[in-house]
Amino acid sequence: MISGQVGETPKSKFSLTKILRENSRAQGFFLISPTNIYLFLLVVLPLILVTGLSFLSRGTYGQVEFTLNFSNYTRLFDPLYGKVMLFSLGVGVGTTVICILIGYPLAYFLAHAPIKQRSLLLFLILLPFWTNFIIRIFAWMIILRSGGILDSILQWLHITQGPLNLLYTPTAVMIGMVYEFLPFMVLPLYTSLEKIENSLLEAAADLGAPPYKAFLRVTLPLSVPGMIAGTILTFIPAMGMFVVPDILGGAKTILIGNVIRNQFLTARDWPFGAAASMVLMLMTMILTLYYTRKAGFGEELLV
Amino acid sequence: MSEKKPSLWLRAYSISVYGLIYAPILILIVFSFNTQKLNIRWEGFTLDWYKVLFNDSRILLATRNTLIIAFISTLVATIIGTMAALAMHRYRFPLYNLSETVMYIPIVIPEVVMGISLLVFFVMINFTLGLTTITLSHIAFNIPFVALVVRARLHGYDKAIDEAAMDLGANELTTFWRVTLPTIMPGVLSGAMLALTLSLDDYVITYFTAGPGSTTLPLRVFSMVKTAVTPEINALSTIWVLIIFILLVIGQISQKKKA
Repeated sequence: MISGQVGETPKSKFSLTKILRENSRAQGFFLISPTNIYLFLLVVLPLILVTGLSFLSRGTYGQVEFTLNFSNYTRLFDPLYGKVMLFSLGVGVGTTVICILIGYPLAYFLAHAPIKQRSLLLFLILLPFWTNFIIRIFAWMIILRSGGILDSILQWLHITQGPLNLLYTPTAVMIGMVYEFLPFMVLPLYTSLEKIENSLLEAAADLGAPPYKAFLRVTLPLSVPGMIAGTILTFIPAMGMFVVPDILGGAKTILIGNVIRNQFLTARDWPFGAAASMVLMLMTMILTLYYTRKAGFGEELLV
Repeated sequence: MSEKKPSLWLRAYSISVYGLIYAPILILIVFSFNTQKLNIRWEGFTLDWYKVLFNDSRILLATRNTLIIAFISTLVATIIGTMAALAMHRYRFPLYNLSETVMYIPIVIPEVVMGISLLVFFVMINFTLGLTTITLSHIAFNIPFVALVVRARLHGYDKAIDEAAMDLGANELTTFWRVTLPTIMPGVLSGAMLALTLSLDDYVITYFTAGPGSTTLPLRVFSMVKTAVTPEINALSTIWVLIIFILLVIGQISQKKKA
């Protein structure tokens, strides 16, 4: 097709258009081909390379040696890295749970707000998150640093005496993570809460259920798909996160994302970093598959 | 039916969450006008940090890089992604399910994994890291998002208008340019907007695929945060936030007008 011969082009173009005109399967395949080729080269192939890499060895000078090696995986369950894995899992689960606890009432509020105001209220939740991610985390650094704004406010209110020294602690990392992922929890929750018919709640009330019981037996179960979608959207990025710990966690808080980053850019043990990536990917994939199969949803993920 | 309307408690709670969402950004903006260098306490009003910012050649270079990457990757991803969305929505073709699954990979795998896999790939094929590798990588994660958005908008597209155009003698290409594309244009534009913001905002994948001289704004901001925290970052953030807010509000208003 790339031939530069002037005489050839119209002929080959003609036959291609002819095939495309007559065969709708060919049309579809023609339209999807750029995506298939591009994503194969820059997504699938690189992932296959990383999979292979995870079974190779690191040479003395940080180069990759082609000897089969499973110790990259066993090393991940050493006490040293096992602790990091458990901690990452804890931060991932913690972020998700706190996002549900903070986000659920907010989503409920949005779903019950007057229809005219809803889109504005949703827009206002999303607005700050279109600004840069690093900038938002940096803002928390200013707030949390010792002697900073939070300390000043708390001391002014006589809640605390000295500085809290929150910056560079796991708490700071959790605060940053929850801030970052809250909208990803609120939006799917809102989508599923908004779909619940009011008549269901009226029926529950008619049958004598007090509001809290109607909530527990009707609203809560019906919002589970949204909660699952929100969990996936929160948990996966939280598990792989290394930027928030880098800025707010200092050297003390290391997550699996930081381990991967360090192996590729400072320690230069690519096979080990590749193995850690594989484990992270498998963990998140298993969770996603398990939940999507169980809940059978789709719409909530696409908001 | 008192539970139909949000209770006072719920409203008060929601307002305070909104407050918490906006507080960090407001603080950032306020401190960009602060004379104190350390960003801790308010001391006095100044515009000096904006002067510093506009004379910072590294920031200007990073801005230029960011815009080049964002525009090229958005343009390419929008074209390829729209083609994919049309294919998925209208046609059945060989490897349909496989193509669909592959499209979800960049959306569901952790960003850090995609970042290191691209790094491994470019190093293995001996491709020098720089603006080109960043742009190629941004196209890769943008295609699925554009396809997803456009496909969602194609739901409910009435194929009869295409058939009508062809009955009136238009060929496939004319039908596409004159009928199909204008109809799906709002979807294509919102796909492009999403791609543009994802590209402008990306830190993780850019971090792994960048080389010397190809620093983007998020990378530059990150290294400033790690090394020398001065209100210059606040000034940069303020301008950034303002531009994004203005664009979004214009977008919202123009959408409202159409509807």
